[in-house]
Amino acid sequence: MLEYTPDRRPTGGLRLPAHKEASVAQPIARGFVPRTLILALQQHQGPATTPVVSPGDRVLKGQVVARARALRSAAVHASTSGHVRTIEDRLVPSVHAVHRTRCIVIDTDGKDEPLPPGKGARWPQDPERQLKRIRDGGIVGLGGGVFPTAEKLGAHTPCKALIINGVECEPYISCDDVLMREEAEGIIDGALIMRDILSAPECIVAIERDKPQAIEAILEAGRASGDASLKLADIPTIYPTGGERQLVEMLTGEEVPSTHYPSEIGYICQNVGTAFALHRLVRAGQPLLSRIVTVAGDGVARPQNVDTPIGTPIGELIEFCGGYRGEVDRLILGGSMMGYALPNDEMPITKGGNCIIVAARSEVRQDFSERYCIRCGNCGTACPARLLPQELLRAARSDDHEMLDEFGLTDCIECGCCDVICPSQIPLTEVFRNAKFAHARYQRQHVFSAETQQRYRRHQERQRADARRGKDLQDNLRHEVETDEAARQRAIEAAIKRARQRRSHDADQD
Amino acid sequence: MLIGTVVLAGLALGLCAVLVLTDRLLPAGKDPVTDRIESLLPRIQCAQCGYAGCRPYARAIAAGEADINRCPPGGEETVRQLAELLGREAVALDTTLGSANMNRVARIDEHNCIGCNRCVPVCPVDAIVGVQQTIHAVIAAHCTGCELCLAHCPVDCIDLVARDA
Repeated sequence: MLEYTPDRRPTGGLRLPAHKEASVAQPIARGFVPRTLILALQQHQGPATTPVVSPGDRVLKGQVVARARALRSAAVHASTSGHVRTIEDRLVPSVHAVHRTRCIVIDTDGKDEPLPPGKGARWPQDPERQLKRIRDGGIVGLGGGVFPTAEKLGAHTPCKALIINGVECEPYISCDDVLMREEAEGIIDGALIMRDILSAPECIVAIERDKPQAIEAILEAGRASGDASLKLADIPTIYPTGGERQLVEMLTGEEVPSTHYPSEIGYICQNVGTAFALHRLVRAGQPLLSRIVTVAGDGVARPQNVDTPIGTPIGELIEFCGGYRGEVDRLILGGSMMGYALPNDEMPITKGGNCIIVAARSEVRQDFSERYCIRCGNCGTACPARLLPQELLRAARSDDHEMLDEFGLTDCIECGCCDVICPSQIPLTEVFRNAKFAHARYQRQHVFSAETQQRYRRHQERQRADARRGKDLQDNLRHEVETDEAARQRAIEAAIKRARQRRSHDADQD
Repeated sequence: MLIGTVVLAGLALGLCAVLVLTDRLLPAGKDPVTDRIESLLPRIQCAQCGYAGCRPYARAIAAGEADINRCPPGGEETVRQLAELLGREAVALDTTLGSANMNRVARIDEHNCIGCNRCVPVCPVDAIVGVQQTIHAVIAAHCTGCELCLAHCPVDCIDLVARDA
């Protein structure tokens, strides 16, 4: 396995304190079984799944509880054994915010009884059936984007390279780091399975330089596999190089157009956790039942990485890590840069939940007094998407939608670099996030109005034409009938004939 | 002296003719002020302003004949934008004109529709489909909620419902 350092520097970005020491000091805690499971029917980007169990049913570990009906979907499985209590709407965290969605609530029985291995567990050869198996195995992108993996692997553009993302650049999150240390062989195996499905000529594993143990483990596993298409790229420790677009550009020099996905220019990025989940599905027939979650922050007794069953209530997970400690300011889902605060700890860990920060008061900035923009331009230097945040701020605050378009609001990845570097403490990312909603609404409205105008014009033209034609016809008829006796007779005969025809036609019908 | 007068008069007449000709021959109807006013209006053609559509209203505003607060679906926001564009004082919306708004769409109660076809031609955006003697239906994605069809239904089977219901 070739190890190399890409010779490009990432655009923008920041060096941030990692805050990962506490959680990586422990091995992954395994064997945790919660008392309750809350399984959301929609944990991925795409249409929701359809439940196939009813309240009162006993379910076993690994049993499908909600089936994927659509192409862009992924099944949901019971992550341990128990009884279905109810199916109801609950608040569930998703990629950008908490939303209300239908959930299957299961009371677990602590036996963790698995489904007996069924027949047909062999991995199929046909690519279509492989993708279906991945969809039914509930596998989605575990890096946080929760994009259905089958959809991504079924991309039509020929793949130039498969990129396995182990960069994990955001502070506090360390689930990928510990997974690479402990399960390097599984990850490499999963990566090779993906490479075969995509028929990609090469497979690059990208890891940040501050994870020497993970790099070592992956290198060893890669050498053991003896595969020549594998490469390992060590990436400078700069946030947010782990972003899909940023990583592709860093590794290949090709900028992903803002209107495209990386897969559309031939690069498929997959998180290391996803590769490992695929390995388990293919080699052991086990669907996605659990994921590694980093429990971090000074507000929890034992910060560590936990192999957490999907659907575990966050409160129970924190309890498993020794409970709350000291004065807790807030719970953050995700890292400290792109994560968001949760309203309570009753919500479940979903497939995309990579990190819970139990933030102590001392860890959270308390001074939010915003000052004037002094136009220092630091935000523009830090922006990894090459935007000009100060100009965007001006446009967003004056609702100037044309300017927002011109300065590329929709290309903002909400990484938060501009917030951190702003000397005036302006909450830029928050402004942009809100502006995106307003902007999308404005554009929808604008498009609708323009279409409406078009329809109205066509309607008017047609009405005018109809009126004209109707008048011409009447005029002609009247003229003929009034001036020509023979034409008058003809018109009367024609009318009588039409009436007769209609009558006989009606008689036939009866 | 005479030559100068003749030359200048000739020039003046010639240029005058050119101006008159260009005014007559070049495509008329390019009315940038009206266009910009119209682009700020919601363009749902509800006619609640008292004009026969958004463009006539825009023309009336441009000509200074109509006040800028006569667009119920546009609401205060449109008044504000128009005031900004035209450099006028923003005035309160005239709420007596109507209640059309874009968050609602028409829906035909299929149990009561008699297929009379009276609502179809009055819809300014052709959002109602159906021929005589068949039940009509509203294409919700095209409907602007302008309320024009309501008055034309003899059996009162058209309701306005929330857009995403």
